[in-house]
Amino acid sequence: MIAETGLAALWLAAALALLQLVLAFAGLKGDKPDLLAAVRPAAVAQGVLTAVAFIALITLFMRSDMSVLLVASNSHSAKPWLYKFAGTWGNHEGSMLLWVTVMGVAGAAVALFERALRRDTHMATLGGQAAISLGFYAFLLFSSNPFARITPAPADGQGLNPLLQDPGLAFHPPTLYLGYVGLSVAFSFAIGALLTRQVDAAFARAMRPWVLGAWVLLTLGITAGSYWAYYELGWGGWWFWDPVENASLMPWLAATALLHSVTVLATRDALRAWTVMLAVVAFSMSMVGTFLVRSGILTSVHAFAVDPTRGSFILGLLALYIGGALALFGWRIGAVREGAPFELVSRETMLVINNLLLTVILGLVLIGTLYPLMTEAFGHKVSVGAPYFDRIAGPIALALMIAMAVGPLVRWRRDRPIQVTKRLFGFFAILITMSILLSILAWDRIGILPFLGLVIAVAVGVASLAPLWKRNLRRTPLFTYGMVIAHLGCAVSLGGMASDSAFTVEKLVAARPGDTIQTADWTLRFVQIAPIAGDNWTALQADMEVRRGGAPVMIHPQSRFFTSPPTTTSEAALLTRWNGQLYVVLGEEVEGGRWQVRIWWKPFVTFIWLGGVMIALGGALALLGRERRGWLMKFRARQAA
Amino acid sequence: MRTLLIWLPLALFLAFIALFASGLFQPDDRVIHSRLVGQPLPAFTLPAAASDRPSLASAQLATGQPRLLNIFASWCVPCAAEAPQLEALKAAGARIDAIAIRDARPDVDAFLRRNGNPYARIGLDARSAVQIALGSSGVPETFVIDGQGRIAYQHIGDIRADDVPMLLDRLRAAQ
Repeated sequence: MIAETGLAALWLAAALALLQLVLAFAGLKGDKPDLLAAVRPAAVAQGVLTAVAFIALITLFMRSDMSVLLVASNSHSAKPWLYKFAGTWGNHEGSMLLWVTVMGVAGAAVALFERALRRDTHMATLGGQAAISLGFYAFLLFSSNPFARITPAPADGQGLNPLLQDPGLAFHPPTLYLGYVGLSVAFSFAIGALLTRQVDAAFARAMRPWVLGAWVLLTLGITAGSYWAYYELGWGGWWFWDPVENASLMPWLAATALLHSVTVLATRDALRAWTVMLAVVAFSMSMVGTFLVRSGILTSVHAFAVDPTRGSFILGLLALYIGGALALFGWRIGAVREGAPFELVSRETMLVINNLLLTVILGLVLIGTLYPLMTEAFGHKVSVGAPYFDRIAGPIALALMIAMAVGPLVRWRRDRPIQVTKRLFGFFAILITMSILLSILAWDRIGILPFLGLVIAVAVGVASLAPLWKRNLRRTPLFTYGMVIAHLGCAVSLGGMASDSAFTVEKLVAARPGDTIQTADWTLRFVQIAPIAGDNWTALQADMEVRRGGAPVMIHPQSRFFTSPPTTTSEAALLTRWNGQLYVVLGEEVEGGRWQVRIWWKPFVTFIWLGGVMIALGGALALLGRERRGWLMKFRARQAA
Repeated sequence: MRTLLIWLPLALFLAFIALFASGLFQPDDRVIHSRLVGQPLPAFTLPAAASDRPSLASAQLATGQPRLLNIFASWCVPCAAEAPQLEALKAAGARIDAIAIRDARPDVDAFLRRNGNPYARIGLDARSAVQIALGSSGVPETFVIDGQGRIAYQHIGDIRADDVPMLLDRLRAAQ
C-alpha cells in the first residue's frame, strides 16, 4: 500500500505541475487574474505531494520491503538503519525522487514566501518552475519508477555499494541536491524576468537569497565530498578531478560568479544581461553534471552508470530547458536596457574580472571533463587527469584570489587609482615579505605553484580582513562579516592545499607486527593485526602505536570486507593534530607475514575543509544579514504606517 | 556583433548536445574482457564449495575435453536467473565446472537446492583470489575452456536463453 500511495502522490503532483504551468501562462497571456489566483495553491500542494512520495520511499527502505524492486536491489535487511535510510537516495531512482521533492518543496517556498517580486514576474517564475519539474516527473514516471514491485520478492536485498556506506555519504548527496535545486529556482527567476521583461535591481534582490542559499549548500556539499574522498578512498588525496567531482564543482563556479554579479545588479543595477546569462549557465551546469553522472557517458570511480535510455531522457530534458532558455535569452535580452554605467577603476570592474576568471576556470574544467568524449567521437581514447587541471586551473585560481583580495578595497562606481594603491600597500608588503621568507626557508624544496599558493594565501588572508579595518565593528552589517569570513575561508583553504602539496611526507613500507617505522617526526610501532566484526562487514584491523615526542596514541587502520555485495574497502586511520594529519592505510599482505603500510604526514591539510566550512558560514551570514535587513525595513514601514 | 554574441551560447550549447548524443549512442565498449583469452588458465587449487560436489583445481580442466567454467555466487541474483540456461547447456551435453565466489558451503548448498545443480565440480574461492587471477570482474561470468586448459572465450554477465546455441557452438569449436 505504501508504494502505491507514493506512486499516486507522484502522479498527482505531476498533474498539479501541469495545471500550474497552464494556469500561469494562460493567466499572464490573457491577462486573467482569477486564473492566476490558483497558481500559488497549486505550487504549495505540489510541494506537499512530492514530500509524501519521498516519505513513502523512506518508509519502504526503513521497513526493508523487498517486494519493491528498488529496495531489493539497493538495500539489505542486515544493514544498519542509517544506511537503510541513506539507501533511499543512494541509487538512481531514489536520488531523482529526492531531486523532484526538493524542487517541489522549493517551489512551494517560492509561492509562499516570495514578496519582493512583481506579481506577473512571480507568476511567470512559478510557471517556469512547474515546467522544469514536469520534465523530471515524466522522467521518474516513465523511465525510472522508484515504486515498481518485484515478484517473487527476494528474501534479502543486494545491499548498498559499501563505498557509499559511510555517514558522510548519507548526507552529502542531499546537500548537493539542495544546492542544485536552489539554482533551478534562480533559473526560473531568470526565465520569469525575461518573459515579463523585468530584469532590474528588484529582480536581483529577489533572486539573491536563493542564489546565496544554493551556493552555501553547494559549498558544504563539495567540502564534505572532498573530505569523504580523502578519508574513504584511502589514497591520501583530496581532489581527484573525477567527472563526478567536476560535476559539482562546475555549478559551484558558475554560482560563485552569479552570486557576485547578482550583487552588482542588486546594488548598482549594472550587468543585467550577464547576470541572467549566469543564472542560466549555473543551472545548466547542474543539469550537465546530473547528465554526466547519471548517463554513464563518462567513466568514473563513483560508477553510477545507468542505461543509455535514461541518459537520452536527461539529454532531451537538457536540450529542451537549456536550449529553450538560451533561445529565450537571445530573443528577449536585446529588449533589456543597459544598466547603470561605471568607470574602469571601480568595484564593478573588479567583480567583472572575478566573473571572467571564474568563467574561464569553468570553461577549462568543462573542456577537460568533456575532452575524452570529444576525442572518442573522433575515434581516439584519451583520458584527462589531474596534471592538466592542476596546471591549467591553478594559475587562474591564484589570479582570482588576488582579485578577491583587491575587490573589496575598491569603491563602487568610481575610484582613484592612487587611493586604491595606497589601500593595497599592506597587501603588497606581505606578498613581498612572504616571498622572501619562503625563498630563504624552502626555495629548493617546493614547486612554483605551491610556493605562490602559500605566499598568496597569507597575503590574501590578511587583506580579506581589511574591510573591517578602522570600522565600528558593532555597526558593521552582518553581510560584510559574511564576505570577510568567506574570503578568509578561501585563503585558509588555499593555504591548506598549498601546504599539503608542498610539505607532505609519504612512506610505503612492508612491515610485520613488532616493527617500528620512522617517518617525518613520527615514530610508528606496528603492535598487532587481528580480525574484528562489524554490523555487516568483517575487517582485519591493525593496532599501531604512534608518538611524536609526548605520550603514544593508538590508531587502527582497517581493511574491510563486505559480503553483500562483496567488496573490500580500506578504512584509513587519521590522527588529527593542530598542525596537520597523520594518515595511515593498511594495504595487502605480502610474503612472510608482512603487510603493506602507507603513511602520510600532511601538514595543515585540515585547513582545506576548515576553509570550506568558513566559506559556507560566510555565505550563511551574508544571507541572514540581507534577509534581516529586509525584515527590519518591512517592520519599520509597518510601524510608521 | 552584439546579436552574434547573444546567440553564441545557444550555438555552443547545441554543439555540446550533439557531442553528448554521439557519445551516448556509441556502442558500449566498457565491458572489461580478460586479457587471458587465448592463454592457459592460471594454476589454482580450490576446496569444495558444496557438500555433494568435488573440489576443483586448474589441472582438472585440461583433460582433452572442452568445458564451461561458470563463476557464480549464492548471493548473486542474476546467477539464479541464469540457472535454467545452465541446465539447458548441461542437457545439450556440455560439461560445466564452477567457482563460487566469497561464499559459504551451507549457502551454496541452499542455492543449488533452489536453482538446480548442473555442475560437475565446484571450487570455493573465498577471497576472490582466483577470480581476480582469471581476469573476471563480476558474477556471473562463464569461460569456455578448451581441451588443453586454455581460455577460448569469456562470457560476461548472465547467460540468456539466446546465448545457449552460441555457447554450444563455441564449445564445439574449442574441441
